[in-house]
Amino acid sequence: MGKRDYSPFGADAQRAVDRGLTAAEWYHTEVPRKVMKDLMTRTDQPAIRDTLILYGVMIACAGIGIALWPSWASLPFWLAYGVLYGSASDSRWHECGHGTAFRTPWMNDVVYQIASFMIMRNPATWRWSHARHHSETYFVGRDPEIAVMRPPDLARVMLNFFGIIDVMKFFPNLIRNALDGPTAEERTFVPESEWGKVRKVARIHLGIYAATLTLALWTHSILPLMVIGLPRMYGAWHHVMTGLLQHGGLADNVIDHRLNSRTVLMNPVSRFIYWNMNYHVEHHMFPMVPYHALPRLHETIKGDLPAPNRSILEGFREMWPAFRRQLAYEDYFIRRDLPASAKPYREDFHQFVPGMMAQASNAAE
Amino acid sequence: MPHWIDACAPGDIDAEDLIRFDHAGATHAIYHGPDGRFYATDGLCSHEHVHLADGLVMEFLIECPKHNGQFDYRTGEAKRAPVCVNLRTYPVRVEAGRVLVELP
Repeated sequence: MGKRDYSPFGADAQRAVDRGLTAAEWYHTEVPRKVMKDLMTRTDQPAIRDTLILYGVMIACAGIGIALWPSWASLPFWLAYGVLYGSASDSRWHECGHGTAFRTPWMNDVVYQIASFMIMRNPATWRWSHARHHSETYFVGRDPEIAVMRPPDLARVMLNFFGIIDVMKFFPNLIRNALDGPTAEERTFVPESEWGKVRKVARIHLGIYAATLTLALWTHSILPLMVIGLPRMYGAWHHVMTGLLQHGGLADNVIDHRLNSRTVLMNPVSRFIYWNMNYHVEHHMFPMVPYHALPRLHETIKGDLPAPNRSILEGFREMWPAFRRQLAYEDYFIRRDLPASAKPYREDFHQFVPGMMAQASNAAE
Repeated sequence: MPHWIDACAPGDIDAEDLIRFDHAGATHAIYHGPDGRFYATDGLCSHEHVHLADGLVMEFLIECPKHNGQFDYRTGEAKRAPVCVNLRTYPVRVEAGRVLVELP
């Protein structure tokens, strides 16, 4: 395979359609219907508890930060507030976008809208981009949510730990959305019936940012921006750290989430911020299972999955060298071994994946 | 011309659940609602080629297992993005201990 073309209008996008990838059925582990129904069961209680804790701690941290401002003593409170604003909002956006966090639909919708604002994503656009991400996970040119393209731009990855690339892209896009609705690229996955919503919500977000900036200028202080906007940068590091692990260094253009997604066991604080999305293979295989049931799902199907990484550090030790190898050879990816109890990878599904068959042969020898 | 097709026994579907029913090259979903009645729709989500039979029934909603779109399976109405196109529904009756679906 030559250099990858990530444009939705490019040759790789067309190739994914021509090869039938976009219409293919994904592999999933067999789970008895009664067990799956139990895992899928919706309830409000865990998400209400977590949301009260999240917003309660955010209000407390911001309040103390404002009270101590501009003393350095306010710093730890801003750091905590930033991570909850700029990282926990990513997982809340995600789970409530799926509609699985709460049983009650309006609760999902309210938290989804708040989280979308904090994480700087147009909620109307990103609902559709994420649907595509699930249909066509890491299909080159088709998945609009590929975090690290090949060959990896590691400088870009590092800058995004502080939200720099995301924020630089967000504001010009927000203005375009507010004026004209979705961009040409976004129109490849957002249906026309939703274009008005994209424009409307962009105008609302733009209005809030304009009001915050005006307040900062009026008071000659960056304090308003410390509360709204900047935490998306100084608190982004956690969601970038955990988000990179989801698919980083793994296969693209495959239809088995065991090959393109990664499960990483994490500490309880990161799991609260990340709302259990560290069980990422499980989430992609069964997206209707709520975040609070993912540990149980993991226990149910782990015999059919590659062993999870045992920590964030171990995950990075696996992923980062793969990024470095992809700098020289972009077809390289990590092909993880399955336990003896697992159904093997269907090599016939993936004949066209560069490197897949060679790695399979090496593994067999 | 539509025909009443024998699909299953009432006991084959738990309350608030569904099963897949294939007939004449088409796939359908048959539901057992919380009101004790049975309903039938097309078996594939109108958004993408995904069998609804793997999804979750919550009261009178069926949630697609792939993208969490929802339909009211009594009317076929699309209720939650990313589904926008309604599902086709089919008449159902229970007769002589069997669930019958009227299919084209």
